[in-house]
Amino acid sequence: MSVEREIAVDYLARVEGEGAMYLKLRGEEVLDLKFKIFEPPRFYEAFLRGRRFSEAPDITARICGICPIAYQTSACNAMESAAGVELTGGLRALRRLIYCGEWIESHSLHVFFLHAPDFLGYDSALAMANDFPEQVQMGLKLKKIGNQIMTLIGGREIHPINIRVGGFFRVPTKTELESLVPDLEWALEAAMATTKWISDLPFPDFERDYEFVALQHPDEYAIHEGRIVSNRGLDIGVDEWDDHFEETHVAWSNALHARRKNGGAYHLGPMARYSLNSEQLTPAAKEIARVAGLGPTCLNPFRSIIVRAVEIAFACEEALRLIDGYVRPEAPSIEVEPRDAIGHGASEAPRGTLYHQYQIDSGGLIIDAHIVPPTSQNQLSIEDDLRAYVVGRTQLTDDQLQWQLEQAIRCYDPCISCATHFLDLTVDRE
Amino acid sequence: MRKLLIGVGNPTRGDDAAGIEVARRVRRVEACQEASGSYQLMDRWDGADEVILVDAARSGAPAGTIHRFEAHDEPLPGGVLATSTHSVGVIETIEMARRLGRLPERVVVYGIEVADLSPGVGLSDQVEAAVNELVAEIDHA
Repeated sequence: MSVEREIAVDYLARVEGEGAMYLKLRGEEVLDLKFKIFEPPRFYEAFLRGRRFSEAPDITARICGICPIAYQTSACNAMESAAGVELTGGLRALRRLIYCGEWIESHSLHVFFLHAPDFLGYDSALAMANDFPEQVQMGLKLKKIGNQIMTLIGGREIHPINIRVGGFFRVPTKTELESLVPDLEWALEAAMATTKWISDLPFPDFERDYEFVALQHPDEYAIHEGRIVSNRGLDIGVDEWDDHFEETHVAWSNALHARRKNGGAYHLGPMARYSLNSEQLTPAAKEIARVAGLGPTCLNPFRSIIVRAVEIAFACEEALRLIDGYVRPEAPSIEVEPRDAIGHGASEAPRGTLYHQYQIDSGGLIIDAHIVPPTSQNQLSIEDDLRAYVVGRTQLTDDQLQWQLEQAIRCYDPCISCATHFLDLTVDRE
Repeated sequence: MRKLLIGVGNPTRGDDAAGIEVARRVRRVEACQEASGSYQLMDRWDGADEVILVDAARSGAPAGTIHRFEAHDEPLPGGVLATSTHSVGVIETIEMARRLGRLPERVVVYGIEVADLSPGVGLSDQVEAAVNELVAEIDHA
């Protein structure tokens, strides 16, 4: 007779926000598995209705304290597309540069403080700091440098206040941006050293055949704009999102589950971006990826930490390139005249593609808003990973299994606060 | 010798603003405010010899109780300070700084026991009195 087991985790540690997991096993068979997000809905889409189009970047920035730039950028992109304008020159460079700051800040937090302890056998960054103080210091300094870019361009690092539809309220001088160069040069070296250090950690032997979805741009490793593409032939404009993706509500999650309209789960984030766009990485990032043993794709979610480290190196190198080529725009923003239209915007939040859609009336008021955060889109992929990971590992004790499954969830750098909030894990063995 | 007071808290969550209010009201000590007790505190206090940290506390003691800890000597007891739901708190930052050798020579932590953390601006009477008492004590130290 097969023994039934139940494993439950009430608070998943080291994720942004709060969530739960429940697993029920009968012998080798998974009877039930749920990645639960049960934080109450936050109603952002509802309270955007009736607000001016120009307020969307500041309101949606509040969805996340870790990736506010992603929200501001996707909102600006959507409003600008609705108005039929786009940023060029220095304004475009600044939008990309501040986003590099967010990648450096968010990825450093995840790599050093949330994810590395998993592979080193610690339950927290605090415990890890006893034995790896240099790495922890490096992580703190990298994160701070990312924050400095956000503060210099955005006015402050959390929920920046200097971003507006059409550009900025004030644009920095070249000299101001150049003050970041010495730190960024250090950061690039540090990120490369980090990538090398991380790549030597032990990773579970686990791969899945994902449909990777990410933005792609003809001229650059996509961050703040592009077309939506996948490794299975998807290649669409951001305005076609609704034709290819859908969201459904499931009882165990307050974040809507997104899937492809053909029914499948898809995977967003660093591994997707890397697998689709690695040819466009900057030279040092490309080289360190090679040294770290990454091939043209990465199918092991546990190795996403290496890809994140490569993306930190990329963001530093790209920031240096943008600063070098920066010419201060004559005006801090362009005119954006609202019109009766639907606007679509997407950008690559550190944890994956963030899609916004707004319907605007001719007076510039928001009639309808639709926000699809990356973590809610990754929920199905997370559940599929967990189900696949359990196969062949049911001999593990409940504690071991729980620890490894929590790690599998952390590979996604889930921002449950964005998707909504809170993780609580239960494993049930029959 | 540089002495710095850091008030930690959310000014829009009632008594959680206790630390912020102390930072606003002290006159004889250099003071600043932080929205959270996260690792950025270390950047704030780098270069200071003595740091006074003031935060809201929730230990079950009567509202307005002022707890005092000498954090440079030993770790704070867990569960006293009212921590944020998803960021690093003051206690963890102090312990991280201790491990990294970034703890100032003297770190005194005051926790003011809260009555009401509901959304909105304004302190309860008990916390208002405690804030004034602590401000007077620090200014006259």
